[in-house]
Amino acid sequence: MSENGSFEEFGIVHYTKDTKIPEFLKYLEDGKVMATRCKDCGLLYFPPKADCPKCFGNKVEWVEIKKPGKLLTYTVVNYGPAGFENRTPYVIGVAQFEDDIRALALMSDSIPQEDIRVGLNVRLTVKKNLPDYIVYNFEKV
Amino acid sequence: MREIGVVGVGQSNFSRGCRMRVPELAFEAFKEAMQDAKLTTADIDASIVCSSMYDPQRSPEGTISDYLDLAPKPTLLVENACTAGTSGVKLAWSLIKSGLHKVVAVIGVEKMSGQDSREVAEMMGRTYDITWESSAGFTMPSGYAMHARACMAKYGLTEEQLAKVRVKNSFYGCKNAKAAYQKQLSLGDIMQSEQVASPLKKFDCCANADGASCTILAAADICRGITTTPVWILGIGSGSDTQISRRTSYTSFLSVRTAVERAYGMAGVRPADIDVAEVHDCFTIAELIAYEDLQFCARGEAATLIEGKETYVGGRMPVNVDGGLLSKGHPIGATGGSQTRTIVKQLRGEMGETQVKNAKIGLVHNVGGVGHYCNIIIFGR
Repeated sequence: MSENGSFEEFGIVHYTKDTKIPEFLKYLEDGKVMATRCKDCGLLYFPPKADCPKCFGNKVEWVEIKKPGKLLTYTVVNYGPAGFENRTPYVIGVAQFEDDIRALALMSDSIPQEDIRVGLNVRLTVKKNLPDYIVYNFEKV
Repeated sequence: MREIGVVGVGQSNFSRGCRMRVPELAFEAFKEAMQDAKLTTADIDASIVCSSMYDPQRSPEGTISDYLDLAPKPTLLVENACTAGTSGVKLAWSLIKSGLHKVVAVIGVEKMSGQDSREVAEMMGRTYDITWESSAGFTMPSGYAMHARACMAKYGLTEEQLAKVRVKNSFYGCKNAKAAYQKQLSLGDIMQSEQVASPLKKFDCCANADGASCTILAAADICRGITTTPVWILGIGSGSDTQISRRTSYTSFLSVRTAVERAYGMAGVRPADIDVAEVHDCFTIAELIAYEDLQFCARGEAATLIEGKETYVGGRMPVNVDGGLLSKGHPIGATGGSQTRTIVKQLRGEMGETQVKNAKIGLVHNVGGVGHYCNIIIFGR
């Protein structure tokens, strides 16, 4: 683990070390979940990306996803893949936020499962359990 | 369009443990297809191996080509997740259409039994974007489960209706000697099976399997010389889709809608012209969404097709009457070829008890990932 936040810490299971956008992790460590906006054509991307295939620009500005969104769909996972055997049951969902941003994330363990339904108001928050992992997840509003 | 046809089809038994090496497994399908076409290895110009390689062998096309005595003919590998099999057929079609080759053998093969189920679930989960999706424990059942949940919220689809797809496909699985599962499941068996990813239960999900398939394609002049019952490729369409969170719908697949428009257009047929279909029922929900994406019914009405038994033999639109992936098992790279084999045999009138009467036009719908890739192939006699 590096003290400034390394992409290697991202995700419950880590698959990624190298990226053009290490800043995403720095923001995450500060509690912010950020999208990127292409400085040339203005397109907004989440998950964030360094490159814009629409205009081929590669200068981005970082935009925080602050406002709550709505859960579009979800599932309670009872059979976990390798690396998640001891975490079941866990809930994964997709939520819709402002500016047509959608995110896929784990639901916070603090939400009772009986409260989870399509349409639930959620916001993106950061869950840090370093040195094990850092992720963004959904919290009930 | 009757330029390129299928002259031979073959399939190994699909099983949970084949106890064979990968080239030996491939041979089972190759032999059946070659004997079906009445060809010898000298007649084959090139081979295409389709696999996602869930076993230690890298570049399996080399060792398979050697084992089948095809060297020094060209061979290559197609990896395209669960659509590898039909991507191989599409590529063979293109190679023949271009004039580069006249006769091409497409061999799909997958051996999954050597790995622990959770390891396979993890490998398969890496079909998603590993940075943004797999890292959260996202699996194949989870992806389809989210689509099932969305269909339940939007259309009032029920878990019983999902289960009825498995009831149908297990009914036909009992009649398929090559299926990994040949046991009739009741609605109760399915509803009471354990949750995998809600609302999907164990019996809403197909199983990993070992298996191989083989499809032999040839140019029209050769087809007519080999067989009196060639089955022609009338239309091909393909499509892809984004990461799960970047999609605008969870009740339909853009890749499938894109592919089917092209396939129907190229074949010059309408949905009502299809006599029999093989759809990619990796999960029960996948078959129901396919009914709508393929325009076999209107949006939100898939459940009425299964409730009304319209997708059984004798119904308006028979689907997966070989048991589907749910009964056969899903050896990733071999599945598209197995679907193709069923449709070819249906169009030749060779299916016996599960034959759809006077079937003239058949459709294969093969989907990779969770709608990430789709190939639609329309066949006619």
